Amino acid sequence: MRHIISALVENEAGVLSRVVGLFSARGFNIETLTVAPVGDGATSRITLVTRGEDAIIEQILKQLNKLVPVIQVADLTEGPHVERELMLVKVATDKETRAEVLRLADIFRSRIVDATPTSFMIEVTGDSGKLDACLALLTPLGVTEMVRTGHVALARGEKGMSNTRTTHH
Amino acid sequence: MKMTGAQIVIQTLLDLGVDTMFGYPGGTVLYIYDELYKNKHKIHHYLTRHEQGALHAADGYARVTGKVGVAIVTSGPGATNAVTGLATAHMDSIPILCISGQVPVALIGNDAFQEADTVGITRSCTKHNYLVRDVNDLARVLREAYYIAHSGRPGPVLVDIPKDVTVAEAEYVHTTTEPKIRSYKPTLTGHIGQIRRGARMFQQAKKPVLYVGGGAVTANAHRELFRMADALGFPVTNTLMGLGSFPASDPRFIGMLGMHGTYEANMAVSHCDLLIAVGARFDDRVTGKLSAFAPHATIMHIDVDPTSISKNVKVDLPIVGDVRHVLAQFNEQVLTPEFASGKQDLTPWWEEINSWRQRDCLRYAQSSDRIEPQYVIQCLHAVTKGEAIIATDVGQHQMWAAQFYGFDTPRRWLTSGGLGTMGYGLPAAMGAQVAKPDAQVVVITGEGSIQMNIQEFATCLQYRLPVKVVIMNNGYLGMVRQWQEFFYQRRYAESNMEVTPDFVKLAEAYGALGLRCERVADVTATLEKGLAHPGTVIMDFIVNREANVYPMVPAGAGLNEMILI
Ligand SMILES: Cc1cc2nc3c(=O)[nH]c(=O)nc-3n(C[C@H](O)[C@H](O)[C@H](O)COP(=O)(O)OP(=O)(O)OC[C@H]3O[C@@H](n4cnc5c(N)ncnc54)[C@H](O)[C@@H]3O)c2cc1C
Ligand SMILES: Cc1ncc(C[n+]2csc(CCOP(=O)(O)OP(=O)(O)O)c2C)c(N)n1
Ligand SMILES: [Mg+2]
Repeated sequence: MRHIISALVENEAGVLSRVVGLFSARGFNIETLTVAPVGDGATSRITLVTRGEDAIIEQILKQLNKLVPVIQVADLTEGPHVERELMLVKVATDKETRAEVLRLADIFRSRIVDATPTSFMIEVTGDSGKLDACLALLTPLGVTEMVRTGHVALARGEKGMSNTRTTHH
Repeated sequence: MKMTGAQIVIQTLLDLGVDTMFGYPGGTVLYIYDELYKNKHKIHHYLTRHEQGALHAADGYARVTGKVGVAIVTSGPGATNAVTGLATAHMDSIPILCISGQVPVALIGNDAFQEADTVGITRSCTKHNYLVRDVNDLARVLREAYYIAHSGRPGPVLVDIPKDVTVAEAEYVHTTTEPKIRSYKPTLTGHIGQIRRGARMFQQAKKPVLYVGGGAVTANAHRELFRMADALGFPVTNTLMGLGSFPASDPRFIGMLGMHGTYEANMAVSHCDLLIAVGARFDDRVTGKLSAFAPHATIMHIDVDPTSISKNVKVDLPIVGDVRHVLAQFNEQVLTPEFASGKQDLTPWWEEINSWRQRDCLRYAQSSDRIEPQYVIQCLHAVTKGEAIIATDVGQHQMWAAQFYGFDTPRRWLTSGGLGTMGYGLPAAMGAQVAKPDAQVVVITGEGSIQMNIQEFATCLQYRLPVKVVIMNNGYLGMVRQWQEFFYQRRYAESNMEVTPDFVKLAEAYGALGLRCERVADVTATLEKGLAHPGTVIMDFIVNREANVYPMVPAGAGLNEMILI
């Protein structure tokens, strides 16, 4: 099953390689990974999407928690959560396709963030399903380049990370 | 007080109570060595002949004392030579603080002379590691490293210190308080609800087995374990790493389990209805084929490291905590009259176990003309009254030592279980001898393994370490040959080790005593003579070349499918 795992970590040199090294050394898979400092900058938040049977996911959560600079780990897929990904797509256009691209951009409530006479750059945000759908429609029109951020997610409700279901040391 | 980084290193170690370290100097650690020189009456440094030796010596020191072993190496090749020692300690959860030199901060990443990405290289073979870029962090990092090394599930921690950081100055504040790390808080006490549930399982069990591993040694829990096993009357089996945590001479001890475990231990595990894993990690050498492992049992697991629980085998009752704490908690439940009255009658179970015991799975025949390696170990046990500290290398001799020496107390058995590092024995024994100058320390090794760190005889000589080395000389990489005999139709590819130095002359070259024994009748006399000698001794026993380790569970088979003699 697909799981979104969120980890609060000390924002120090080498943390990301510890996390990534753990996944490669133990043969766990990473579909997407995002990381950025949060709060006062002393901590970073890592969101990663992985797949595996329950026993594997349990090991992933425990192994992440075991890393010394990892403060807290949660499996967000265990409860209601909001998940977002951002995609930038560059589409080559000509007279016939230009209007269609704009129409599609509108349908997906995305924004045009750059335009030339022969291209648009579109910014789309949403869950992966929406991004995939948007991309599927744009591709036949001539996508020249694209990039996706990978997922970020937060649990729904008023509580912060320390109150979501977590695995402690 | 203002101090240089090098002074901070030494002062922090002194404040932590370190008085012994093992190492090898080089350019990037010269300032630290200079401070060591000035403090040589407070910290005794042992110069090994290879960095791997320094790490294994620190490891042996840690295993016999329970304290953190400390090692120091230079950058680049010093650090890469240390890797096998770190990995060995990591796999067996041994506390080590390793300090490595690094090129100056400004040169890091420039392919500088003797630069290696030590933190990168050692990330996966240490419990944690640090690169200290600022002298103001140095004391804190060293204290954290030391604390992380010995707390929770112990392990090696490396601190990489660039040369310029050892010169820079910072304010040093003495402290003895334990560091607080917000992201690192091992759980020591077991969940009381789980303990009560566990105690009920103890009462209901008709066929229980205590499966006790290295965690019981680490936790110094042998007394609590004995009280519990004694009150419950349960059979106890040890992993290779757990040997000594329960007395081998106790009738409730059913031997080691696993690939080269006893028939009775493996059959008991295969038939038990309750398996209580105590500080053990369900290694594949123990479980064999997972689907056939303890198939009828409810499984309880006490471990300080949550990742060990349900990693290989699904556990029914997990208890996260330190073995000593948790067993003490159990004893509060178990050592009561109410508990005793609710227990099952274990007589039928013991009858079954005793019938398996009757197979006498470790038997061997000692003829009059050819020395059997098992016999040498039994004689060694007799001559040392079972009280020696035994370090081993890796191979058949290691398994025979585990099967035949019989440890009644913990921290006398030094062996590389997880990584299986040939070359571990001699340097580990040196570390043990440094820690216990008056103890009889014996290395049981093979003619193959001893050659992997043979340079350390010079270290023994320099510090007058009276380590006794017993070589089981079968002229083969015996364990490899055994596999080739069983599984590769006797094609002995590159497992012949007949060409060795003359170990007697080699001993003499190192200024040690060398003895050779080729006759069964001389085994005891050779051991007596060698062990009585005040200095380092090499005893070369020419043994049956093609003896095999039995019983054996072939790789991938179930524990109930043993090859018996
Ligand atoms: C040639 C060869 C053959 C081998 N054959 C066998 C064999 O037949 N049988 C066998 O048993 N082994 C054998 N081994 C060794 C095997 O590879 C493993 O090293 C060994 O089985 C692991 O022992 P363990 O489960 O006790 O774990 P250890 O490696 O000792 O791990 C200790 C466990 O206890 C936990 N722990 C540590 N400290 C504490 C604490 N304070 N409180 C609670 N928990 C704690 C740790 O988290 C870990 O889970 C062999 C090795 C070699 C080289
Ligand atoms: C460093 C290292 N290299 C290779 C091995 C694989 N190996 C395991 S046992 C063994 C043979 C050991 O031979 P010896 O020391 O003579 O012991 P014996 O089995 O003959 O008792 C080998 C090569 C290992 N464990 N460690
Ligand atoms: Mg040999």
